[in-house]
Order: sequence, then structure tokens, then C-alpha cells
Amino acid sequence: MSGATPALVREESPFRRFCREFSASPLAVGGLMVCALIVLAALLAPWISPQNPYDLAQLDIMDGRLPPGSTSAGGLTYWLGTDDQGRDMLSGIIYGLRISLIVGVGSAAVAFVVGSTLGLTAAYLGGKTETLIMRLVDLQLSFPAILVALMILAFLGKGVGNVMLALIIVGWGGYARTARGAALVERRREYMEAAECLALPRWRLIFRHLLPNCLPPLIVIGTIQVARAITLEATLSFLGLGVPITEPSLGLLIANGYQYMLSGKYWISFYPGIALLVTVVAINLVGDQLRDVLNPRLKR
Amino acid sequence: MTTWIFRRLIQAIFVVLAMTVIVFVGVHVIGDPLEMLISPQADAVERARAIALLGLDKPLWQQYVYFLWGAVHFDLGRSFVFNEPALQLIAQRLPATMELAVTAVLMSVLIGIPLGLYAGLRPDSFSGRSIMAGSILGFSLPTFWVGLMLIMVFAVQLGWLPSTGRGQTRELFGIEWSFLTRDGLAHLVMPAFNLALGNIALVLRLTRAGVRENLSMDYVKFARAKGLSPARVVFVHVLKNILIPIVTVVGLEFGSVIAFAVVTESIFAWPGMGKLIVDSINVLDRPVIVAYLMVIVFLFVFINLAVDLLYTVLDPRVRLESRE
Repeated sequence: MSGATPALVREESPFRRFCREFSASPLAVGGLMVCALIVLAALLAPWISPQNPYDLAQLDIMDGRLPPGSTSAGGLTYWLGTDDQGRDMLSGIIYGLRISLIVGVGSAAVAFVVGSTLGLTAAYLGGKTETLIMRLVDLQLSFPAILVALMILAFLGKGVGNVMLALIIVGWGGYARTARGAALVERRREYMEAAECLALPRWRLIFRHLLPNCLPPLIVIGTIQVARAITLEATLSFLGLGVPITEPSLGLLIANGYQYMLSGKYWISFYPGIALLVTVVAINLVGDQLRDVLNPRLKR
Repeated sequence: MTTWIFRRLIQAIFVVLAMTVIVFVGVHVIGDPLEMLISPQADAVERARAIALLGLDKPLWQQYVYFLWGAVHFDLGRSFVFNEPALQLIAQRLPATMELAVTAVLMSVLIGIPLGLYAGLRPDSFSGRSIMAGSILGFSLPTFWVGLMLIMVFAVQLGWLPSTGRGQTRELFGIEWSFLTRDGLAHLVMPAFNLALGNIALVLRLTRAGVRENLSMDYVKFARAKGLSPARVVFVHVLKNILIPIVTVVGLEFGSVIAFAVVTESIFAWPGMGKLIVDSINVLDRPVIVAYLMVIVFLFVFINLAVDLLYTVLDPRVRLESRE
């Protein structure tokens, strides 16, 4: 819409077009809203949760394992019941979401940086560097994530830091493979030739020119990896190999309720599980739609 | 063909070697091997003897050779907890895990393919759409939570199925199996289904996509024009063609089923090697951990190799290509 024809129709900015295409699916918009709510709840945990689940002074052991809807002596209503320590489940879940999100998003972000850098470097440099990096990726991806994570935790021990490290090691391969695939196509484009003719330093070529054009598929992988990381962290914590008891994530909350399940006290495991499920499904819905919108092969 | 198999074998050996290096480095460099390989209760004399015995005073490469030497002689140390050879412990629990994994894979095929066929033949029907929507849940649901919910519904509330353990077993070929008794089968159903859930969704989607793609192909039109019954077209002609990718994926997934059995076994207290490894990590029984990892790596490489070979048997095109 330039030159001869006057701007009768204003050209849509890429961001606007992206928003329009994304909102074509009501399910994905719903997912995005749920994601926003969850992030907000996790951020505002100290202000919105009915009690501070880590403040032992606020807990009353006499209130342990109360069913949903019970009221405490202090007049506080436990909408989702209490756990064995007399902790309000709703507060526990909100604080648990916080840890699950920090671990999931944090490790996915580091894996993003490490994986994309290695993938781009492999594609740009080629030769032995590429073979070495891609063989490592093959090796890592040929074993299931849970196994690699178990192995790392078996060597390093438990703890938030080690869980995140395990999730990063499990996650970087996917980014590296995607980044390399995208970069192999992009580096033959004319703009890359032009940039190379300017004799720009290598890091600048890779990060300022190549990377931005390889971002769309990486963003899609990133969203799905966050969901995967959250699930995997929950699984590891459920097995007792993840986060410590002082920083309970959703997985650990579910594990705590496991022993009471058989006596019919379902809520201690059930509601954290629902929170986990809603989080993962919402992220996956957003990721699915992002894939459709950002995939150039589906473009008309 | 022979050279191809030979080349694949060499590749497989290299992967196993690479993994032994990683496990070795994990135990001996990242962690403290003394702490990992000697029982914490050992006194100074015992420690000194163990250091000499394990060769921890030797240079690293020599230690690695010792480690490999032990591995090829099926000696990966003794468990601190059980005071039995670690490999023997794993071997005792291997059949239970295999039973669970094979049942889960069978379930995913026997449930996934019919549902996928239905959804592929009637993509716009209500049930077809419901099956697809359900398969998204199959992917998103965290396995361990589904396991808990299964226990809650079928064991606690309805009381139909037992919640934990293997139940009654019967011996066959010198090994105890659950699937040979009624009680054992009842114990097997829930964990196997739990483990199969993700793969049911996967097989279902693959089948549906395959059916949709193949139905519009010329060979289907030709078969129909020949006057074959619709059932024969679908079950003989189409099914044969879509089986190739399904067999590959199911074969490759068999490895991750064994890995995910760690979770399922912990929930349902299934006495397999997955439960053993979680318990061992929790009490830092390192020889068992190392033995488990080596067994799993071996299994994985073997499965990948078997799938590759199976692929050439099923798809003549691969065979022809490799001959060139």
C-alpha cells in the first residue's frame, strides 16, 4: 500500500495482524486470560491468599484435614479444605503456583537462551562445531525427559536449584534443534549476505540479524516447554525428588495429600491437581494457537 | 543390508559407551565417589580398604576402565540397603516393570487404533470430535495426578479395583507374573491404563491422521472401484499402510513407557524397578542407581535398534534404499 495508490486502507502493523489472528480462536483467548489470571494470582499471593501458609503462627493443627467449606475457630472459611497441618488449601495452592511458575518459567527461559544460542551457533558455524552440538542434542533427545531428570537429581541431590538445572538440561535440546532448523533456512537469505558484506562481527550477525528472524518457532517451542517443565517439576516433586518441603510446589502439595486419599480425604490432592491441570491446559491452548499463527506454512 | 545392520550395531555400541562415560563422570567427578560408593556407616579401616578395592587412588582413566570391566562382567557394586549385588536387585524387579509396560503398550494399541479409525472415518461426527477433544486431555493431564484420581474413583469410592501392589502371582518360566491370575489382572488394569493414557492419545491421533490421509489416495479409490467391501478397504488396505508409522512410534515409545513406569509404580506401589530407583535415590543407594541407569541405557539402545530393524521388515522401501 505505498507509492501510486494513496493510503486508502491503512496497512495493518505486524503486531496488530498477529493479535487479530491470535484472537480468531476463542479457546486460545480464554487460555491466555486464564494464564494471565494465574500469573497475577501467583504474583499477588501475599495479598490475595486468605492466610500465609508458611506462617506457623497462623496455622492451627486442630484444623487439620477439614473438608472444603469448613470454618475455623477464628472465623476463616476454608473454601478448599485444609491439609494435615491445618493449612488452608486455597492459600497453599496460590503459594504453590508461585513456586511451580518460578521453576517452570525460569528453567524454560534459561533453556531457551542456552538452546537457541547453541542451535544458532551450530547452524552459522557448521562443520565440526555443528556435528558436536547436534550429536549432543540427539543423545539428549533420545532419552525421555523424566529419565534424564532422575539421573541428574540422583547425582546432584534434591533442591530447587538442582531441579531447575535438571529441567534446563532436559529442555535445551528442543530449542537447539528448532533454532538450527530455522537458522539454516535464514542464513541463506539476502539480508544475511548483506550483513556479512558489512563485515559485522560474528556475534552481531548471529544475535542481531539471525536470531530475530528465527524467533517465531522458538516462541512456540518456548510456550510448550513451560507447560512441560511445570508438569515435570510437579512429577519430580511428587516422587519426593524435587523441591524441598519448605517450598512446596503444586506437585508436593499433591504428594502430601496422597496418604489421605485412601481414607476418602480427596481434597488435599484433588484441588492442587486441578490447579496444575488448568495451568498446563491453558498454556498448551495458547501454545497451539501460537503455532498456527506463527507457522509460515499455514499462511495464506 | 548386513553392512547396514553392522553399522547400526557399531553406532549403538558408541551410544552405550558415551552413556557409561556420562554416568561415570556423574558418579566420580560431579559427586564424591567415596560418599556414593561406600556405605556411610563404614569406619576408617573399611574406607581405606574400599578405596584400594575400588581403585579410587588410581588415575581417572584407569578407574573408568575398572568401571567398564565391572560392567561387562555384570558387576556394578552392591546395594547399601539390601546388601545384594545391585544388578541382581534390578533383574529381580525387571519382569514386573516389563509386564506393566507391555500391558500398557498393548492397551494403547488396542484402544488407540479403533478410536483413531473411528475418528478418522467420521471426522465431523459428534463422537469423532469428542474422541479428539478427549485425546487433548490425554496429553495434558499429568500422569501421576490421573493415577491418584483413578485410585480415588475405582478403589476408594467404587471399590471395584485394588489400589496397590501386584496381587496374586503365578510362576511361568521361573518368573512370577500377575497377568496369569484373576487377582493379579485386577491389580494390573489400573496402573497399566494410567501408564498407557498418553500413548493412547498418541496412537489415536496418528491413526486418525493416517486414515484421513490415506482415504483420498488412488489405491483406495482403486480398491473401491474393484468393488471391495468398505470393511475390507479400511481394515486390510488402509490399516496396512498406516501401521508403519504407528509401529515405529509405539516401538520408540516403549522406552519412555519404561521410564514413566517410575511414576506409575510409585503411585500404585507396583514392585518394579521404577519404584526401586525412586526409593534408591531417596536413600542415596548409589550402586543401585548406577546399575539402573546402565540397564535402562542398554534397554533403550536395544529398543531403538529393534525398531529400526522392524521398520525395514515392514517397509520394503527402506530395505531397498539401504541396499543401494
